[in-house]
Amino acid sequence: MRKDVLIAGFGGQGVLLAGNLLSYAAIDEGKNVSYFPAYGVEKRGGSATCTVVIADGAVGSPVVGQPSVLVVLNQASLERFGARVRPGGVLIVNSSLVDVSALGRTDIEIVSVPMNEIATDLGDPRMVNMVALGAYVALTDAVKLPSLAAALSQALPERNHKFIPANVKAIETGAEAARAKKEA
Amino acid sequence: MSKRLFVKGNEAAAMGAVEAGCRYYFGYPITPQSDIPEYLSRELPPLNGEFIQAESEIGAINMLLGASATGARAMTSSSSPGISLKQEGISYMAGAELPGVIINISRSGPGLGGIDASQSDYFQCVKGGGHGGYHIPVLAPNSVQEMYDLTMHAFDLADLYRTPVMLLGDSVIGQMKEALIPNPRPVRELPAKGWAVRGKSGAEQRVVKSLFLGDGELEAHNWHLHAKYQVMKEKECISEEYETADARLIVAGFGSVSRIAHTAVTMARAEGMKVGLFRPVTLFPFPEQALAQAAARAGKVLVVELNTGQMVEDVRLSVGAAAQVSFYGRPPGAGSLPSPEELLEVIRKNYEETAR
Amino acid sequence: MQQVFKRPQSLKDVQTHFCPGCHHGTIHRLVADAMDLYGVQDRTIGVASVGCSVFLYGYFDIDVVEAPHGRAPAVATGVKRARPDSFVFTYQGDGDLAAIGTAEIIHAANRGEDITVVFVNNTTYGMTGGQMAPTTLVGQKTSTSPYGRDKSKDGSPIRMAELMAQLGGVAYSARVAVDSPKHVLEAKKVMREAFGYQAQGKGFSFVEVLSACPTNWGMNPLKANARIGEEMIPYFPLGVFKKEEA
Repeated sequence: MRKDVLIAGFGGQGVLLAGNLLSYAAIDEGKNVSYFPAYGVEKRGGSATCTVVIADGAVGSPVVGQPSVLVVLNQASLERFGARVRPGGVLIVNSSLVDVSALGRTDIEIVSVPMNEIATDLGDPRMVNMVALGAYVALTDAVKLPSLAAALSQALPERNHKFIPANVKAIETGAEAARAKKEA
Repeated sequence: MSKRLFVKGNEAAAMGAVEAGCRYYFGYPITPQSDIPEYLSRELPPLNGEFIQAESEIGAINMLLGASATGARAMTSSSSPGISLKQEGISYMAGAELPGVIINISRSGPGLGGIDASQSDYFQCVKGGGHGGYHIPVLAPNSVQEMYDLTMHAFDLADLYRTPVMLLGDSVIGQMKEALIPNPRPVRELPAKGWAVRGKSGAEQRVVKSLFLGDGELEAHNWHLHAKYQVMKEKECISEEYETADARLIVAGFGSVSRIAHTAVTMARAEGMKVGLFRPVTLFPFPEQALAQAAARAGKVLVVELNTGQMVEDVRLSVGAAAQVSFYGRPPGAGSLPSPEELLEVIRKNYEETAR
Repeated sequence: MQQVFKRPQSLKDVQTHFCPGCHHGTIHRLVADAMDLYGVQDRTIGVASVGCSVFLYGYFDIDVVEAPHGRAPAVATGVKRARPDSFVFTYQGDGDLAAIGTAEIIHAANRGEDITVVFVNNTTYGMTGGQMAPTTLVGQKTSTSPYGRDKSKDGSPIRMAELMAQLGGVAYSARVAVDSPKHVLEAKKVMREAFGYQAQGKGFSFVEVLSACPTNWGMNPLKANARIGEEMIPYFPLGVFKKEEA
């Protein structure tokens, strides 16, 4: 088993935290993992991406040219990485902020989830990353959902542990939304 | 088995240093290695160690020289432009035969360049870098685990051979996170530091120096250093091979690019191409013999580097006429990190040429 | 019979290589005297710099580390931090300390490293053959200021002892001269005071010593000695510029 995902958005959307959380969960499941972040020189508002590779055997390259799954949280990331999704791969789109109509890819599966709306409905628009991660895991089974919930205490700093239940809810809601989209 | 941690490469190197008994760190902030001083500024004081943010890279390497002269295990770290500044001190340490570990999480240049992953410091690190005829062992980890393990190894090599040792990584290896098993420091028999200054305490005077003005003294010293480098070449080469036994083409790369090439080789094998990977772990001493043997079997070596061609010179020297050598380079900069798919394409082209 | 003069224990029984009339020998003796006073020879680590005084280990019977040009304060920092129980001093010339090593001395001083710095100011680069130093006086001719130091182009000579006194980490800063028996006796007192700060763990101490370089000044020892009082002291006043109370 070897799964890779590129998560992309702008700084502040929690892209790196999402990648970290996924990695912690995979490590707890006994998998090998590489998490490779890339971000702009600016601390806020620039682009933020991370590549996570999860494997039973050797991870190999932490750098992935054609990800099998791309998660895009903003329009600029779609325009930058949309063409790179591996044919037959999956594109998970934050349809609250991203218009995918002009992409013109028929060789990949596109799953649109209104992540900002879902996060806002749950009470905190900052949880868009958790909604995205829930959607990713529901569609790929890269890790088990309970592993993500259990890993939150490692990925979040102590002072944010009080938000763990809300984050678990966001992950679950994102997963349900993605499953519903896929079945629809 | 100890618990698997999930940490950055830079942090792993800092943790390895602490496990190796290093209690003195001197450094200066520079991207992309600042996690190392940040970690050690937090962890060393509770261990009764010392952390100093020096006034410059020059200050830092000389503090390392001083601490090391007392026999203590000490370290500094930086990135390419900072390593340029440290080269003066590294030369003095090599001349005075002082141990010490220097981590270079290299970035792109020349000049201010950028912060992207780069292997353009191969020459600077492997070929001396500072003035005078000397070498230092250079280790090139390609995983978070190796950032930890090879840092510990670096301290042992430094003490064993009385030499500065460099760990050469880049922002891929330094910034990525992977699982780390914090193994305990290996047990290795090391010579006593009978040369270290400590205050005479009624015994013989000890002097740590690199100035030799007596007739024939410096020449003898240079031959002494040379002999030490020969022993390193015999005993300390480390390399890794993947699928080389029946390969018709060997891909050679170190550090971060070897990880990308590993996946590219796996992809090529899936397509039926007999391709293997040779990865030098020690860049000095360069694993000449192991590479020469693998190359002679295959007949062709494709060198991949994140620069315009540096290690390829050592590959050519190692394989001589036994194999053809070709090169693929991506000099550093934003967007220049090659993907496995890109390397697969290069492998395909080179493999087809071999088949012809 | 009463013994009135003897070689300090911290000095070796050897002849120096210094030129006739050079003051390094006198200054070495003052340093050794201070070491003997506090009985620290056995735990002293000297840091030698690049210049005529590089052969420190040939004259002092102590452990020595040789530093790259200008870097002695950084090397001493590493030594002292790794061996806080040791007694550490650097011995540096004016080119070494006040030109190429400016960053290292300022920051070691500002951190308040518990070391002693002996700064020998003879207004020239001695070992390399008498070139212009950061302390060369305005108008002074050297091999690289053949028309005399020009303030508008070369700047003014740096007064290090005063500069050191401005830094928060410095406990003691003074300037002395060794051109007369009176000045030597004063210098001895100051050197003892400076080393005393370290002996009591009271922080960074700095002693600037005005000294002669007859060879590179093109003077005989007597004239060179006289120049210190006539030309140097008027610009580089003697005195204690900072003395932190315990």
